Amino acid sequence: MKEYYVLTAKDFYDGLKEDKLLGLRCKECGQITCPPLPTCQWCGSKDLEKTELSGNGEILTFTLTDVPPEGFEPHYIVCLVRLDEGPTIMGRLDYDAEKVTVKYERSQELIGKKVKAGHIVLPADKYSMGEKLVPLFKVV
Amino acid sequence: MRDVAIIGTGQTKFGRWDKSNTELFCDAALEAMEEANVDQKDIEAVYAGAVFPGFEEGQCNIGGHLVGSLHLGNIPATRFEGACCSATVAIRDAYIWVASGFYDIVLAGGTERALSMGTPFATKTFAMANDCKYEGNVGITFPGVFAMAARRYSKIYDIPLDKLREKMAHVSMKNHKHGALNPLAQFYQKMGNLKVEDVLNARMACDPLTLLDCCPFSDGGAATIITSADIARRYTDEPVYILGVGQGSAGHLGAQEDITKPASRVFSSRSAFKHAGLGPKDIDIMEIHDCFTSAEIIASEAIGFFDWGKGADAVEEGQTDMGGRPVINPDGGLMGKGHPIGATGAAQVHTIVEEMKGKAPKGNQVDPVPEIGMTDTLGGGFNTLAHLILGRSRR
Repeated sequence: MKEYYVLTAKDFYDGLKEDKLLGLRCKECGQITCPPLPTCQWCGSKDLEKTELSGNGEILTFTLTDVPPEGFEPHYIVCLVRLDEGPTIMGRLDYDAEKVTVKYERSQELIGKKVKAGHIVLPADKYSMGEKLVPLFKVV
Repeated sequence: MRDVAIIGTGQTKFGRWDKSNTELFCDAALEAMEEANVDQKDIEAVYAGAVFPGFEEGQCNIGGHLVGSLHLGNIPATRFEGACCSATVAIRDAYIWVASGFYDIVLAGGTERALSMGTPFATKTFAMANDCKYEGNVGITFPGVFAMAARRYSKIYDIPLDKLREKMAHVSMKNHKHGALNPLAQFYQKMGNLKVEDVLNARMACDPLTLLDCCPFSDGGAATIITSADIARRYTDEPVYILGVGQGSAGHLGAQEDITKPASRVFSSRSAFKHAGLGPKDIDIMEIHDCFTSAEIIASEAIGFFDWGKGADAVEEGQTDMGGRPVINPDGGLMGKGHPIGATGAAQVHTIVEEMKGKAPKGNQVDPVPEIGMTDTLGGGFNTLAHLILGRSRR
């Protein structure tokens, strides 16, 4: 049978390992889908091609996790980043933890800051089907 | 399609239980069956919300064990899983099957033993409701999702974060005040008089949300008996009618346009309103999925009770407390009553039905007795939403 995914989660993870943020360009509407789906996240087309994204974007929002899920070490920052190419993805933020809390009165100024994606590898757990590749953003 | 009614409901106390998911479900189910005066042979199908019975106690395939325990013969039983929305999805399906005429009487409810898992593993399993590859593996938690939503809300509406946190604290104060008066609540007789400072100064869970911005992990069960409006009259003089149902879905958070305006919730609630031929102004009493303080505010706007960005002011001004309209979470909500996720939607229905019969606990009962009520239940990061509109009168 035909395989509809032009870019799978494994492909996406393999790209991240080399600090490449991979996505899909829609041949119908021209917009970018990331992380990968079998259809364009904007128009639903199946006519997609693999593309490498710049990794540049801006912070939409973030949080410091003090009570993590089992298997994660606490006090990491999770963020949503709107990529320059359009889509929004979740990742970690490499930043001073004290400056992302409510105790730091200017913490909200982080929203809108420009960031660039790299990656971190987190160890596999019982449920993760292998190691976890996570976009790691740094403020530029 | 036939009109459909609820003729019985039951709910265990929420909190910590040394009982299995099957036992919790059956306690609630037998209470609902007694209230409805239905015999075991009358029930034709069981629809049960249960999210993590495998992780909690090594129980999969729970449906057959529910039927076996309740001595319902060999009728079909189906487990519904839509994270914290599971029981509402089950009840909506029961509605559809009864409305279609395929079944006359369905037992629908849910069960969960989340508190018994302990916080680290419960947090891990709850986080599985996110996209595993692109969200779960990052280490996001549900407090994290609604912490990020709070910061986004503060930014979009230009409300300083400190001010927004004070407004959010009023959700916790209101719901704990009601929960403290509800004998079935996890926090019965506890935290009924919280102050803004108590919420702000509690231990940080996921900045800027403290533990008092969050609902607890809980064990518990809840159940309903669903039948056609005509058959309902054979069993009770006080049926509560299901006037409208809605359900919606969405993918990972990044693909949703704005996490402060969840499109899946707008879709689901609008579907329910359209189905019922009613609108937000018709709702007297509302059970909202207040898993976090910011979550109740966002939901109150998405359902249409307040303009975008005005829900935080509304709760601070007491517009959703007793005497306001709609009264939101008079039973304590998830925050005060507890949140055994597989059972939550059925417990919301239990509250609305009790309120409509004038049988809610003192301090929880809305006066005058509400005519139209609604439930809002959320699963995951706005991935599954469902709404039910209930009424004392047939359309």
